[in-house]
Amino acid sequence: MAYSDKVIDHYENPRNVGVLDKESSNVGTGMVGAPACGDVMRLQIQVNANGVIEDAKFKTYGCGSAIASSSLLTEWVKGKTLEEAQAIKNSEIAEELALPPVKVHCSVLAEDAIKAAIEDLQSKQGD
Amino acid sequence: MKFPIYLDYSATTPVDPRVAEKICDCLTPQGIFGNPASRSHAFGWQAEKLVDEARANVAALVGADPKEIIWTSGATESDNLAIKGAAHFYQRQGKHLITVKTEHKAVLDTCRQLEREGFEVTYLDVRPNGLVDLAAFEAAIRPDTILASVMHVNNEIGVIQDIASIGAICRERKVIFHVDAAQSPGKVPIDLAELPVDLMSFSAHKIYGPKGIGALYVQRKPRVRLEAQMHGGGHERGLRSGTLATHQIVGMGEAFRIAAEEMATENERILSLRNRLFDGLKDMEEVYVNGDLENRIAGNLNISFNFVEGESLMMALKDMAVSSGSACTSASLEPSYVLRALGRDDELAHSSIRFTLGRFTTEEEIDHVLSQVRSQVERLRDLSPLWDMYKEGIDLKSVEWVAH
Repeated sequence: MAYSDKVIDHYENPRNVGVLDKESSNVGTGMVGAPACGDVMRLQIQVNANGVIEDAKFKTYGCGSAIASSSLLTEWVKGKTLEEAQAIKNSEIAEELALPPVKVHCSVLAEDAIKAAIEDLQSKQGD
Repeated sequence: MKFPIYLDYSATTPVDPRVAEKICDCLTPQGIFGNPASRSHAFGWQAEKLVDEARANVAALVGADPKEIIWTSGATESDNLAIKGAAHFYQRQGKHLITVKTEHKAVLDTCRQLEREGFEVTYLDVRPNGLVDLAAFEAAIRPDTILASVMHVNNEIGVIQDIASIGAICRERKVIFHVDAAQSPGKVPIDLAELPVDLMSFSAHKIYGPKGIGALYVQRKPRVRLEAQMHGGGHERGLRSGTLATHQIVGMGEAFRIAAEEMATENERILSLRNRLFDGLKDMEEVYVNGDLENRIAGNLNISFNFVEGESLMMALKDMAVSSGSACTSASLEPSYVLRALGRDDELAHSSIRFTLGRFTTEEEIDHVLSQVRSQVERLRDLSPLWDMYKEGIDLKSVEWVAH
């Protein structure tokens, strides 16, 4: 399958790979997908006192476009408020990476991952 | 070293330069371009002679009589002709067929078509090593079973089925036995004079011959009858009409002749390269060989790198051509049905890479592949949340995944 240069760039030089302390009260963790389906994304965000995402990390098991989608997302969410991050649509990721139709589900997974991370953070901070 | 390194010989092989030369002699005005069916002039006679020689070469490699070889366009057509042809001819004796879940689509989809026509088909499971359970096979035979189709060598995992034993069961129970042998000539000795096989499909392009040509072995004694699927000028004793493609037939014949001469030494060399590859990988953590390692052709290594997804690994291995059972490499987004039939977890199917080595693979290439695979698997595991969890001692089966 021919991938766009952007997918290949994110795949070969993934941004923000790593782990944040999932126990920390200002870190939200979203893990979506399933090994049996061939992709699992773990996306983590860390917010400051103003509710702005100051750091984001990911690890992804999946194909090149799944890795690229999550890498791109970590770049996009940094500096955004939770509301802004919540509003990111999978179609924007798919468009930016020029994902082929058969790979659009990778961008859906990335959108699910950020939503899950935000939900995790809000449930922590709501306590 | 030339990049990318070709390690996908089970998909197709390059044409051996010796074969290509013979093919080229059958095309131009200076060559033997005549129609082998032309009886009235030397152009036809010369072409017919070359076709006869090729038929004898194909027959010789597999221990058949040349009269038992029918030219087709490839193994897919041979499978169709054998299975549909026999099913249609013998349908008054019964309408039940047996095949195996790990067969090639050329067999499975042909059986599906027969189901639509009112036949019944049993699709047998395989053991975890990919081999057919003989007792289960025998138990599947019914009074109305007319044909069984079992492949010789599996295209994905390279395991060799015990066709002698399966054939013996078929003989005893009076079931016609078809073998899809697209992947085996030149890799496994075949002696149809001894083997209890009625129909066997062959391909040229898996054995350094050209694409678009294959053959079907149709046993003469006892005679197996088929209903033709292609009608026309009555070529190939009426079983497969259509002008014979002299150049392709000559190419297939030469490829089979070379294989007969060289297969013993070639397989020894390829096996030592395969062992070199496997020895260089087997000490890695969480690496699994898919399919039986002993009953396997020399050139195949199908291996799963757990916690790494196959397509992303193939993307990382960009200076080599391999294939994967990962869903992401297929349009259907389903992982390999062959690996699933082994009863392996889906994630191991997603993590599989098939290396198939062949005539032009070198030791230098294998060493390069080894270092690339090791470093890229490590890199992707560093990216993998599943690897983290495995390292933390979390049982991935105990996790409730959000399936999508």
